[in-house]
Amino acid sequence: MYSIQKSPCSTGPLFITLLGILFFFLAGFCHAEERSEQFKEGISLLFQKDFKEKEKGIKNIAVSGDKRAKSILQALLAGKLYRVKKNNTLVYAKIKNSEADIIAVLSGETLGSVKKRKLKKISINNTLRNTIKDALAIINLTNPDPKLRKEAVNKLTVNLTPESSILLAELLLTEQDRDVREALTTAMGIADLRSPDSEVRLLAVNGFEGNLQPAVRNELSRLSAEEENTAVRNKVESVLSSIEMKTSFYRFVETLFFGLSLGSVLVLAAIGLSITFGVIGVINMAHGELIMLGAYTTYVIQQLLPDSIGTALFLSIPAAFVVSGLTGIVIERSVIRFLYGRPLETLLATFGISLVLQQAVRSIFSPLNRSVASPAWMSGSIQINPILSLTTNRIVILIFSLLVFAGLYLILKKSSIGLQVRAVSQNRKMARVMGIRAARVDALTFGLGSGIAGIAGVALSQLTNVGPNLGQAYIIDSFMVIVFGGVGNLWGTLISGLSLGVANKFLEPWVGAVLAKILILVFIILFIQRRPQGLFPQKGRAAG
Amino acid sequence: MSMLESIRSVMRRDEVFEFLVPDTPPDLDLTHGIILYLEGINVSFDGFKAINDLNLYIDDGELRCIIGPNGAGKTTMMDIITGKTRADSGSAWFGQHINLLKMDEPEIAAAGIGRKFQKPTVFEHHPVIENLELAMGGDKGVWTTLTARLNGEQRDRIDEILTIIGLQEQHNKQAGSLSHGQKQWLEIGMLLIQNPKLLLVDEPAAGMTHQEMERTAELLTSLAGNHTVIVVEHDMDFVRSIAKKVSVLHQGSVLAEGTMDDIQNDQRVIEVYLGS
Amino acid sequence: MILLKLLKSDRSGTFMLALLLLTTLVVPICNLLLPESSSLHISTYTMTLLGKYLCYALLAVAVDLVWGYLGILSLGHGAFFALGGYAMGMYLMRQIGSRGTYGHPVLPDFMVFLNWQELPWFWHGFNWFWFAMLMVVLVPGLLALVFGWLAFRSRVTGVYLSIMTQALTYALLLAFFRNEMGFGGNNGLTDFKDILGFSLQSDHTRAGLFIASATALGLGYLSCLYITRSRLGRVCTAIRDQEDRTRFTGYRVEHFKLWIFTFSAMLAGIAGALYVPQAGIINPGEFAPLASIEIVIWVAVGGRATLYGAVAGALMVNYAKSYLTAAMPDAWLFALGGLFVLVTLLLPRGVTGLLRKKEVTR
Repeated sequence: MYSIQKSPCSTGPLFITLLGILFFFLAGFCHAEERSEQFKEGISLLFQKDFKEKEKGIKNIAVSGDKRAKSILQALLAGKLYRVKKNNTLVYAKIKNSEADIIAVLSGETLGSVKKRKLKKISINNTLRNTIKDALAIINLTNPDPKLRKEAVNKLTVNLTPESSILLAELLLTEQDRDVREALTTAMGIADLRSPDSEVRLLAVNGFEGNLQPAVRNELSRLSAEEENTAVRNKVESVLSSIEMKTSFYRFVETLFFGLSLGSVLVLAAIGLSITFGVIGVINMAHGELIMLGAYTTYVIQQLLPDSIGTALFLSIPAAFVVSGLTGIVIERSVIRFLYGRPLETLLATFGISLVLQQAVRSIFSPLNRSVASPAWMSGSIQINPILSLTTNRIVILIFSLLVFAGLYLILKKSSIGLQVRAVSQNRKMARVMGIRAARVDALTFGLGSGIAGIAGVALSQLTNVGPNLGQAYIIDSFMVIVFGGVGNLWGTLISGLSLGVANKFLEPWVGAVLAKILILVFIILFIQRRPQGLFPQKGRAAG
Repeated sequence: MSMLESIRSVMRRDEVFEFLVPDTPPDLDLTHGIILYLEGINVSFDGFKAINDLNLYIDDGELRCIIGPNGAGKTTMMDIITGKTRADSGSAWFGQHINLLKMDEPEIAAAGIGRKFQKPTVFEHHPVIENLELAMGGDKGVWTTLTARLNGEQRDRIDEILTIIGLQEQHNKQAGSLSHGQKQWLEIGMLLIQNPKLLLVDEPAAGMTHQEMERTAELLTSLAGNHTVIVVEHDMDFVRSIAKKVSVLHQGSVLAEGTMDDIQNDQRVIEVYLGS
Repeated sequence: MILLKLLKSDRSGTFMLALLLLTTLVVPICNLLLPESSSLHISTYTMTLLGKYLCYALLAVAVDLVWGYLGILSLGHGAFFALGGYAMGMYLMRQIGSRGTYGHPVLPDFMVFLNWQELPWFWHGFNWFWFAMLMVVLVPGLLALVFGWLAFRSRVTGVYLSIMTQALTYALLLAFFRNEMGFGGNNGLTDFKDILGFSLQSDHTRAGLFIASATALGLGYLSCLYITRSRLGRVCTAIRDQEDRTRFTGYRVEHFKLWIFTFSAMLAGIAGALYVPQAGIINPGEFAPLASIEIVIWVAVGGRATLYGAVAGALMVNYAKSYLTAAMPDAWLFALGGLFVLVTLLLPRGVTGLLRKKEVTR
């Protein structure tokens, strides 16, 4: 580690050399010979057994400015750097079983494949790992990509030394990119916090009002313990508490986001179940497997269109709807229809169907999990500030589930089929008398609910791996959502799904994921003591 | 000191703590000759007022008929008396001392109120005689039923009831295989064997043949006197054949009360019910 | 006297009990006394397998009591079975003493592995057999009592109740998977050495366990028979068919449900306790919702509301399972799933229902 307290004698002088050399490097004066000498020495030091010698070598390589330095250090960090035992050639190696493809580091030529046991790995320890990371950051400071430059600055800021702060100050003079300049200013501020002049320190503290960089927070809390000047210390404390407040607020927002994200998945899974519940009056235990079918549909379509992942995903939505929906209709027509009015038997029969579907998938696709790729625009995250970043796929799924909800809501409230569905689920006999073909409506509604399950499967495939047991986990959760929200109530399902998701995520840091889940279960059991009809019961005395 | 005091107060033998008093309802007190008081009862379901300031008094031993159009609140009223539905406000007293609003269904049944449902509900998988055995009064706890056996007295009582409801010959038949009318009678028999003071009978004549109806009317009138009977019924002929006093329910409260003739001449009743 | 009367009222059951008695005598004799070369010799493996089936049969009787006679479809009886099994497993773990891999005199291996210093409080007492046996019935009983009290009091019935019971066993599944719970986490409890000082590897102990399982099944069967033939049993079926009517007749439906449910949970616990030494392992898998729902299908196949049907169903389905999982592993879940659908659609009264129909028509 490049920290003054830990190894003052070894890093201090070296960094000064480093600086000098970097200066020349930045200014364009290159003493080519000296540099290549240092590079060679660095390489040979890597062969030493002693980690301290290796550390010296790494630093030599880093400051040599050699173009190969970066890839060597990266390979070293990744454990891909080897030495050929026979002639001490440094090579990059790709291990395949007992064979290895090797490429010479210095000349860059491919040396073909050799037996693995002919090679010796250049081993590193944790201290070296940090040294390498810092060294890579220094190399990256001159990278043309501003993003990498900013990362490098942030990396150096964490363990800021007087030498590196001078280096960063120099960079600030020439840096054009706004983000990088900001990062550099923060680093300068941290350096100022260590200034012996209390005025400078006070100014620096003032500049950090509301700054969320973790390095700033660490430095300020260190200062609050050590600072002797009262004015500065008071200021530090007030700034620190404002930072703490802001941090905990963003932590809260982050948890809320995770909760809503989980909730949106629950809503997607539960809302189709809620519809089929309305028709058959019983939880369809195969609902989870219909979700799974949707996820597998996504997987298959992606296998068919491996080059256009985005298109495949969009195609999967209607495809999964059709696959799961048709499966649902077949289940309804072939089994459930004969069991109307016998809820417990329906429960058992649909459970049997779920076993058959699971095993069918296992036989067709193998019992192993499959991963479904996400399109580029869904991966990555939106960095709002150093503490809060929102993953794109979760945002997309949150929006998606709200869209599905809205669509379903419109279908049920505005279309004639929706009217018939509501009529049948409220009073089957009466609806039949009114001339609604209840059997057809049953099948269609069941298909609709199952289709939504398929769509939920598409969304889930973007979050987790796809496997035969994918759906199983969701059936109890979905049931909880429905019970909590009130049977046959779309809004209830939405609100209860989201709130259960949020509650789960807020409990998790407290008690751990498993216990949070158990607590939610217990809560629901207690909840239906008070309100057996859920949060939003169906109106009318028939419900009582 | 205070500890000692509290221990002393716990040890006092002349005082029985409230939580130690067995939670049995007091005996039925009929000193004023009125068996059921319903006063100012309100019930609403999601804003719909099913019962609206209902006041009803039933004398001991009378046979009262309650009529009213659909949705007048007849069944809801029964639900409140038997503890199935909670009233939002008001009071319901059984005799002078028993507060029905604080009790649940089995307690109310034990206190002496029996109820017959609109649809005949008997235990269809049990023979007639077991239906009566199950309904018979006495301790109905879990442990007593585990070891309970019929004694001679109880057998006699069952035979007596079988005679009253006219099902002696069917006594070993499964209740599910009885005719509709026979099921109704069996259900009434199941109420009788509990020896209730008050019988609530919901539409006993529905779906009966004319003969069965006559037989039922006879049965109900013979019960009045020893028991108090409240009958909810739609069939006017049937009501006329049994009723001395009729109450008309409309929109959750009592619209009119009197003999059948009074009621039939009441202008308001004709408007809401008979006339339409 | 009472016994004779009971048996008279259940002729198929009597036949079955006689068969059970015969098996209890014959199987250990064939195992212990006949030489291995004899064609009538029954291997220890087969005897243990049969013993496990008998435990399943007792479990099925427990489920039938609440489902067939009381109308409560419990999808969580596997939890009571597993809890009884864990109680027995904890006793067996304590019996290992210092013979474990790590040789710790008190702590079971998995605790040493987790670097625990002392026995968690809930493991105390399990070194005594009587205490463990008490827990075998008390723990499932108490859980059923608390859960039932909450559920029945608020009149949760039908499908809702079924899924709540499933949620119960699911919650326990999650909990027992955790290492911190102190029940061996994922691996559960295993590597048992002996019970009451008798080695679990010996044929004699196995025979003893077999006889114990058969006895437990017989006694459990008779007690359930006694309940269902009493007025209590009639109240139960009354609750199953007409819950409201029963309530208005003056019975406290909640109490009846609660006590029968608790009794059934205790029976399940005993079945679990006898199962564990014969299976040699207990792990959280027993809490899986699928395990519980399988029990229900045994009862459904055999015919609900007949106790001997439950026994027959458990034996038939488990024999099929042993056969199919060995012969065609893929086919088992298809068969089980198909069984669920076929039985509910075509055989609502189970296999014994078919036989009874024939009796009537004859």
